[in-house]
Amino acid sequence: MSYSITEPSIRQKRVAAFLVIAYAIITLIPLFWVFITGFKTPPDSISYPPKILFEPSLEGYVNLFTTRTRVTPETLESLPPPANFAEEIVRNRNMVIAGKSKYGERFMNSVIIGFGSTFLSIFLGTLAAYAFSRFKVPLKDDLLFFILSTRMMPPIAVAIPIFLMYRNLGLSDTHLGMILLYTAVNISLAVWLLKGFIDEIPTEYEEAALIDGYTRFQAFYKVVLPQAATGIASTAIFCLIFAWNEYAFAVLLTSGTAQTAPPFIPTIIGVGGLDWPAMAAGATIFLLPVLVFTILLRKHLLRGITFGAVRK
Amino acid sequence: MSFNPVEQAAKQTPPAIARRVRGLSDKAIAWLFVGPTIFLLLAINIFPLIWTIYLSFTNFKANRPNREIKYVGLRNYERILNDADVWLSMQATAHFLIWTIVLQVIIGFALAWLINRKFKGNDMWTTIIVLPMMLSPAVVGNFWTFFYQPQIGIFNYVIGFLTGKDPSSFEMLGSVDLAPWSIVIVDTWMWTPFVMLICLAGLRSIPDYIYEAAEVDRASRWRQFWTITVPMVLPFLMLAVLFRGIENFKMFDLVVQLTGGGPGSTTELASINLKREAFEKWRTGYSSAFAIILFVTVFGLASIYVKALNKVKER
Repeated sequence: MSYSITEPSIRQKRVAAFLVIAYAIITLIPLFWVFITGFKTPPDSISYPPKILFEPSLEGYVNLFTTRTRVTPETLESLPPPANFAEEIVRNRNMVIAGKSKYGERFMNSVIIGFGSTFLSIFLGTLAAYAFSRFKVPLKDDLLFFILSTRMMPPIAVAIPIFLMYRNLGLSDTHLGMILLYTAVNISLAVWLLKGFIDEIPTEYEEAALIDGYTRFQAFYKVVLPQAATGIASTAIFCLIFAWNEYAFAVLLTSGTAQTAPPFIPTIIGVGGLDWPAMAAGATIFLLPVLVFTILLRKHLLRGITFGAVRK
Repeated sequence: MSFNPVEQAAKQTPPAIARRVRGLSDKAIAWLFVGPTIFLLLAINIFPLIWTIYLSFTNFKANRPNREIKYVGLRNYERILNDADVWLSMQATAHFLIWTIVLQVIIGFALAWLINRKFKGNDMWTTIIVLPMMLSPAVVGNFWTFFYQPQIGIFNYVIGFLTGKDPSSFEMLGSVDLAPWSIVIVDTWMWTPFVMLICLAGLRSIPDYIYEAAEVDRASRWRQFWTITVPMVLPFLMLAVLFRGIENFKMFDLVVQLTGGGPGSTTELASINLKREAFEKWRTGYSSAFAIILFVTVFGLASIYVKALNKVKER
């Protein structure tokens, strides 16, 4: 290896590695703690000193997905033996399972709204980005700035009229309403990111396709789209993560049928005392997909985050 | 489609002309492609904004839609600027904004600088550090309330362990002195990686030959750091501060879940105050005016800042 004066020394590298790893571990402790709390029993979760070693239990997960009612010991005696492990866990607390909780539904709402709005943002965003990248659009810079400036608006500032508008249009608490809203929020980022990716594709390919008799549409989806696929995928992840995590609009505009998981998870606590394991279980299930995505797609994600800064 | 006369004509004409007839013109395609995006933004961003401006001049209450709407001129604006609660919330926002940015810039830059020492496995550790910023702020706020529990909370336990204090002797979320810091800590945990990533992009954009030239000129490492590294990363750092500044000025989800604005109104940031006025007290006109003031403030500060940023870049 050739000697370079700008290459850090081995000692420097060791010290840097030590400090960064120490910080990373501190960062991980809260996540680790939520994860293990999900497998504690409620009494274990509030023990002092906090327990790192404990007997794992699925009580948190059972409580997360069920509603329960308290019964007298006599009734409990008279019941047939428990049909499954969930019933057994619940009966140990002098309760019986009364039904399903709303967590599953709320989670599915997050999935539907997240994927729906991501698809729409990418669809519209790719078209707009292509047009901005390849054609002479009048007032192009103004339009691009306008698209970006919509991100500076505090969500609560537009929430009032959106609330009124949705009430009049019957879009309150509907999947469609939330999908449109999240698309509107995401599209500015999508257009900017995608324009950057499409700008990088040489125009020669399309020109060749056009000379071969392709129409603009054909050139767009047969030549440009396949080449922009990676960029489109990483933009989609950003849109999905935003829609998945969003809380302010969700809490103001949904209450039942279209409520997503983020406003629901905090309400898990408080049903029958402080059920921290159920809350932790709900958070774990909800956060895990994002963590896995982040780790699998780290290269594209990290590139996307610094994209705006690096380009300008 | 064989009855389509355009299609028929296109088949009989040479390719160059056919292209123009069969496909739409470039201009038409441009509008077709950009149109839906602009329409959606107009419908869900701009139209509501204009509506908010209109409402801010009225006494409208959204929970009583049938009441007659009266035009009240600038009275809502006057009342906001004279409202002690609003100024308290602006103070809380300023405290939150300044301290989160200071901490995130220092820690974020330091981490980026360390990661740029290019030790083995730095990519993996970078990914791990980035994890918190990908999570839902509301859920993060929710589980941090658990860590902040006196006695049983892991945060109190660790601080108690390190300082020798009794973990049940202090309440991060319940005490007037500590609550403003509790939200700063969580935001810093969550968003330092963002500043770090942007600084890292800045550090990686500095070409090696500049340091090599400095080395030839026998500039000390310290001098190189202040005359090369810092000025070259500064535009990136300033951009990170801009993004964090805008986001934290609007801060709502994380803090609502952590403290709900309490105790009292010590952590009631502008957005939380606004939400209370708009959706709990239903003072729609008043809160619309507040929303406009906030928006103009963010926009104004951001524009001034961007001008400063451009000056730094030109240097």
